[in-house]
Amino acid sequence: MKTAVIADDSAIIRRIARSILETFGFACREARDGQEALDICRQSMPTLLLLDWEMPEMDGIGVAMALRADPEPGPKILFCSTHNDLLHIQQALEAGSDEYVMKPFDSAILEDKLRSIGLVN
Amino acid sequence: MSGAMEALRGFVRDNAGINLGADKDYLVVSRLKPQLTSWNVATLDGLVDRLRAQPKGSLASQVIAALTINETLWFRDQKPFEALKSVIIPDLVSRVPADRPIAIWSAACSSGQEVYSIAMTMREEEQQLRGRRFGILGSDICEPVLARARSGIYSQFEVQRGLPVQRLVKYFEDLGGEWRVRTELRANIEFRALNLLDLPQNMGPFDIIFCRNVLIYFEPPIKKAVLASLAARTRPGGYLALGGAETTLGLTAAFTPLPGWAGVYRKTA
Ligand SMILES: C[S@@+](CC[C@H](N)C(=O)[O-])C[C@H]1O[C@@H](n2cnc3c(N)ncnc32)[C@H](O)[C@@H]1O
Repeated sequence: MKTAVIADDSAIIRRIARSILETFGFACREARDGQEALDICRQSMPTLLLLDWEMPEMDGIGVAMALRADPEPGPKILFCSTHNDLLHIQQALEAGSDEYVMKPFDSAILEDKLRSIGLVN
Repeated sequence: MSGAMEALRGFVRDNAGINLGADKDYLVVSRLKPQLTSWNVATLDGLVDRLRAQPKGSLASQVIAALTINETLWFRDQKPFEALKSVIIPDLVSRVPADRPIAIWSAACSSGQEVYSIAMTMREEEQQLRGRRFGILGSDICEPVLARARSGIYSQFEVQRGLPVQRLVKYFEDLGGEWRVRTELRANIEFRALNLLDLPQNMGPFDIIFCRNVLIYFEPPIKKAVLASLAARTRPGGYLALGGAETTLGLTAAFTPLPGWAGVYRKTA
């Protein structure tokens, strides 16, 4: 079973992302801030982490760097942010992100991004 | 009104091959109506009269352009681009004289995503190409999409359809909300308006033709004719990539399927 953690401080985004990810067969858990995201990932590593940038407690970059510093192979990290410029995208990639979704997104974009990291056919 | 619809359907079928069923009348109306004033006609009937008087002019091109479906994305279906990298380039490198550039044609390229996806693949296979040069021609019947292809500028939405972010970072400039293909990648690419039903005699020959997701709009006799004229512009042993729902089966013997690569064909003779 493919599993996903959706880390975003917006309940609306979490709901939209969950409904799309569920159609692609992911069992989803949700986190409202960066620390919570890190905790529930470490509890049980998901296949995919959908990661917002700006969040309380710890931002997405902090979460990605922490997971990439763990010895355990981490999840595929898909950043999902309103920081839509080249420098931010590069920074996310350097922090260990596998893909990047610029908000606003729709299910076609999310599907293409999941395909690009090998999580849908 | 239904007479006008009939006539407009006939007009795009005869001039561009495109088959719009009566179920597409809403599309014809919604795409043409907003442009009637700029064409100086009051009604669709008026438009039909003008087209009858001048079936080849710029109005005709604009009407055809308005009725094309230009849906496209980067690395569409992935397979043809994998075939390019793992079968087509190695084969061409092994037999094409080192000083002859590899000639590639994207024959219904819409806004250019297919062309630049080919260019990215070629760049990434520079090692295999061992200094061989290549040129890519992108063509389409629809001028407005070609203008976009030439500009190389895409919206945030478009650059997320099929393009891995690593390639976005590598090949695009950030214009703030829009993204432009870098100049390096645009070198040796040319865009030209061409109608697949009416190709210039002196084109090609090409080593590789991408003709994807356009034959689906044509009736079998037109498909046959287009495949024959593509074959005439392909080098012996050259390649043809069609769309996922398209085939040469029963339409031409000039191309045979490449085993294991659905939609990719090799010129037989
Ligand atoms: C659906 S798009 C496919 C784009 C791209 N090849 C792909 O697979 O994503 C089809 C394109 O074919 C073009 N087209 C339709 N009829 C044509 C014709 N007779 N000659 C040249 N291009 C044509 C349309 O303008 C449109 O841009």
